[in-house]
Amino acid sequence: MNETLIQIIWLAVKVGFAVMFGLNIAGLLGWVERKQSAVMQDRVGANRADIFGITILGLFHPIADALKMLTKEDFVPAKVHKPFHGLAPVIALGFGMLCLAALPFGGTVSVAGRLWDLQPIASPVSLLFVLGLLSIGVHGIVMAGYASGSNYGLLGGLRAAAQMISYEVCLGAALAGAMFIYGTLDLQQAVIWQGHLIHGWLPAWGIFLQPLGFILFLTAGAAVTKRTPFDLPEGESEIVGYHVEYSGMKFGMFLMTDFIESIVISGIIVAVFLGGWQIPYVQLTGLVGGVLMVVSFSVKTLFILLLLMQIRWTLPRFRFDQVLDLGWKNILPLCLLNFIVTVWGVYLWR
Amino acid sequence: MAITVRSVKRPEHNFSERIYLVEVWKGLLITFRHLFVNLARHTVRALGVKSGQPGAVTIQYPEDPAVLGHRARTRHRLLKRQDGSPRCTACLLCETICPAKCIHITAEDSPDVMVEKRAKTFDIDLGLCIFCGYCAEACPVDAIHMDANKVELSSYDRKSLIWTISDMMGDTPKDPAATT
Repeated sequence: MNETLIQIIWLAVKVGFAVMFGLNIAGLLGWVERKQSAVMQDRVGANRADIFGITILGLFHPIADALKMLTKEDFVPAKVHKPFHGLAPVIALGFGMLCLAALPFGGTVSVAGRLWDLQPIASPVSLLFVLGLLSIGVHGIVMAGYASGSNYGLLGGLRAAAQMISYEVCLGAALAGAMFIYGTLDLQQAVIWQGHLIHGWLPAWGIFLQPLGFILFLTAGAAVTKRTPFDLPEGESEIVGYHVEYSGMKFGMFLMTDFIESIVISGIIVAVFLGGWQIPYVQLTGLVGGVLMVVSFSVKTLFILLLLMQIRWTLPRFRFDQVLDLGWKNILPLCLLNFIVTVWGVYLWR
Repeated sequence: MAITVRSVKRPEHNFSERIYLVEVWKGLLITFRHLFVNLARHTVRALGVKSGQPGAVTIQYPEDPAVLGHRARTRHRLLKRQDGSPRCTACLLCETICPAKCIHITAEDSPDVMVEKRAKTFDIDLGLCIFCGYCAEACPVDAIHMDANKVELSSYDRKSLIWTISDMMGDTPKDPAATT
């Protein structure tokens, strides 16, 4: 078969997998969120939606949700800026989904006499690619608040702009140390670097080399996904936030954005701090190796998602000044300190 | 009168509380413990061990019956004398005190010479009743109680919410959900 054709088909398959991965996990996260919060609060959780009397632990509730969102009236208030009002959820969700395509789901395996790269979009700057697209997603939120023609929406948009731009800075700064150690901005290369063992027994994962960076990135990441300890842009108890004028599937897309962003953040954490698709002490080759790589990456991502979900249901919400103080006065200086210490450490080590 | 000024002492935080991470970790430990303990209990019960502890403190209401306290104030009940006649002497005290005006009594002469009157009809409109319990308090002959321990009173029309004397004495079993 034609070489170019194979490349194009393989690329389409990989990107399709990334999108399906994101959409399915995001749908499932709605169920996980309900059930996990219910079980940890000694409740049972949503378990009523059934098809012919079969409920399977409430797994039909996400489907019922999606059906409801899709069939609901898409009400557009008279005073909104129509084009921007419609464009905002597309930008928020679309750029979140694009980030997924640059995550390294697996390395390069050789099957049937060919090399197959399992990262959908390979790029020497894939980390910048992901962080950049994540930042563009903020525009969707701000646009939604601005285009709503509602003061509540505008307040939510302003909060989103202030909070998320602050934490984008921390997000990048928290990764600086790890990137200096790996000497690359390519997520794939970073994962490959983490494959070796320190002193022959400790996997060289980012979490062991950069424990402070990991905690800072986890915090900043949780803030960027704007879920509960940091859900000021939404603020459902006081302003209802940037999506106050949205209904139907447009609202659903904003809900989806939060989940997709959680997946992206978890993916970056796994790739940079948890060794990506690597399984310690195991050499992954061939078809089985390729499958194991994707499974390993997915399991680690789900683990981080569970942790984020647990944090979301454990911590009370911050006040807005506390959020900004935490970002600018605590996390950013610690990020810079972490970077300086890392640079000196690497310099002295060599 | 002088203004009262009360100074509230702010709680002092030590270092580990101020950096918050340790406190976050403590909170996560609690919620994770609940999560895994409850998951294990759910699993044990799903595997068929009915003696295992329940994983949730909530009740799945329509399937499992609602558990009411012994002293819960619920639907009215009219009491009988030893010979089976209603204790009510139609004094109208309950009708008078009822703030919702949901009790309607018509009196008639009693065949018993020791009792002056008895209730000919005694209707309570449970659609109007606010379950305040004043009727049970006001009754001088202890004829009306609010301890039937039944709370499932919903009905498809308002008429079937009017309970008569025989309904409340338990002589005619009444299915509140049945339409008339």
